[in-house]
Amino acid sequence: MENDIFKPENLVYTKTPVLNDTPMHYCPGCSHGVVHKLVAEVVDEMGIQEDTIGIAPVGCAVFAYRYFEMDFQEAAHGRAPAVATAIKRLYPEKYVFTYQGDGDLAAIGTAETIHACNRGENILIIFINNAIYGMTGGQMAPTTLEGMKTSTCPYGRDTTINGYPLNITDLLVQLKGTRYITRQSVHNAASILKAKKALKKGFQNCMEKKGTSVIEFVSTCNSGWKMSPAKANEWMVENMFKAYPLGDLKDI
Amino acid sequence: MAEEIQLLKGNEALALAAIRSGADGYFGYPITPQSEVMETLMAVEPWKTTGMVVLQAESELSSINMVYGGAAAGKQVMTSSSSPGISLMQEGISYIAACELPCLIVNVQRGGPGLGTIQPSQSDYFQATKGGGHGDYHLIVLAPASVQEMADFTVLAFDLAFKYRNPVMMLADGLIGQMMEKVVLPEQRPRRTMEQIKEQCPWATWGKPSSRKPNIITSLELDSKDMEQNNLRLQKKYKEISDHEVRYEEFETSDAEYLLIAFGACARICQKAVEEARAQGIRLGLIRPVTLWPFPYKAIAEQANKVKGILSVEMNAGQMVEDVRLAVKGNVPVEFFGRLGGIIPTPDEIVTALKEKIIK
Repeated sequence: MENDIFKPENLVYTKTPVLNDTPMHYCPGCSHGVVHKLVAEVVDEMGIQEDTIGIAPVGCAVFAYRYFEMDFQEAAHGRAPAVATAIKRLYPEKYVFTYQGDGDLAAIGTAETIHACNRGENILIIFINNAIYGMTGGQMAPTTLEGMKTSTCPYGRDTTINGYPLNITDLLVQLKGTRYITRQSVHNAASILKAKKALKKGFQNCMEKKGTSVIEFVSTCNSGWKMSPAKANEWMVENMFKAYPLGDLKDI
Repeated sequence: MAEEIQLLKGNEALALAAIRSGADGYFGYPITPQSEVMETLMAVEPWKTTGMVVLQAESELSSINMVYGGAAAGKQVMTSSSSPGISLMQEGISYIAACELPCLIVNVQRGGPGLGTIQPSQSDYFQATKGGGHGDYHLIVLAPASVQEMADFTVLAFDLAFKYRNPVMMLADGLIGQMMEKVVLPEQRPRRTMEQIKEQCPWATWGKPSSRKPNIITSLELDSKDMEQNNLRLQKKYKEISDHEVRYEEFETSDAEYLLIAFGACARICQKAVEEARAQGIRLGLIRPVTLWPFPYKAIAEQANKVKGILSVEMNAGQMVEDVRLAVKGNVPVEFFGRLGGIIPTPDEIVTALKEKIIK
């Protein structure tokens, strides 16, 4: 009876072949899975699977290369923009993107991020900002909000001790080498549609020699935040969006 | 066509030889005493002729990771630096070794530790030959002793790097990098075509065609059983390199009663010391390791059986002497003489040290 519905004419969705069938290691509710799917769909729709090279970070997305049917390099912590720079300079005809978290991009890799953007490398930087170190078990990130509790600021981020949340994307806007900078999220259907358009633009920009594209995804880490996935989404809208407002910051 | 002889600094010869070797990319950061490498490349602008990319990075961390990216994509890439900068690169070098990426890293050594001095030194021997970065790995280490070898070893280094899928370090020093000598540059090799890269580096990330699975370059393996296998695979390769790529030179060893062991610039000075000693009636010879890893243990062990004593001469506090002692296994006395902090020993000093420490 239930098998009767499995007919081609009833099919409304097919997973893109750019994403393989390896079970993801991400926690249920995490934003990474959705962003991975969008990246794979955009690469598929643009027909650039054979011409795209991805760079995985150190952090939760360290195994990103397991899920994409594309050539991938695993970079040392924070160095993805340097790695991507060389690949793109040596293969100008390829689409090169990095996929990095907040610790990778905005703490240990700050110099690589800023200088790749300042040189205007024709790459796409995908930045997952969930304000916490997920992979290592929930420590403070450069983007952790004031007062937000993590395992290394268990009483909340105190700016007199830890300094302030680093809004690195706003910083990158000021660099003449950046061309397209936008802040997106994937917490509901409308935001996912917008995010996909942004990703498509980011990939297209790789061929236009007009500078670096950066797409920040304000994201949830329900495990690190110690919330249900639904509650984490609510908390993100209430708190994260105030510090990291969504929308295009630069598009030239 | 007659060979064109040029008068060049070691650093300049390295840069020009890199272009002629068919290199695809150079990524570096300025540091004395090797800044002429990138200066020469930027002045020659090889991107207009061979298509070689030259890029000044924001740090040595960045330049070594650019080398990682380029090498992992199958390109023939290199960097150069000097001691403190090479220290900064060690994380990346460990990753490159782990991922078995062919590339050239040049260390034009200066005296340390710390910021040290900009004068020549050989005090990075341990770092170059025993690891430097974390984990069980080896670089193939070539030690040039002349400007000509700075050029020749650039080509040799890339050949070895691609033959074994292993990073190669050229361990030069500020003396070889800065001094000018006559040099004949290697013939211009064309850069490899995309088809040649695909054939030579089927493992590299040059974009996945539908005909193959994705190529993944990573050193991460959380399963200990698999990680042990990865390590054993590396060790097997290192054994193969050790069996086939040991290089050294002998000088006046056939009738030698005493032996000097020296590499790089020190080996040049020791040649003069051998001449001086022989003029005084001392039958002195010299073995010069050309590859510091793999080290010529066997050649030194064989000579050790024929001599009364060995002096290891280095511009450091005694690093290679440990390998000499491993080779000799206590069969004859092995002593050390060295100068530190950027001071270059004279032939006289070396002969005097030989008399005091070995001949007695």
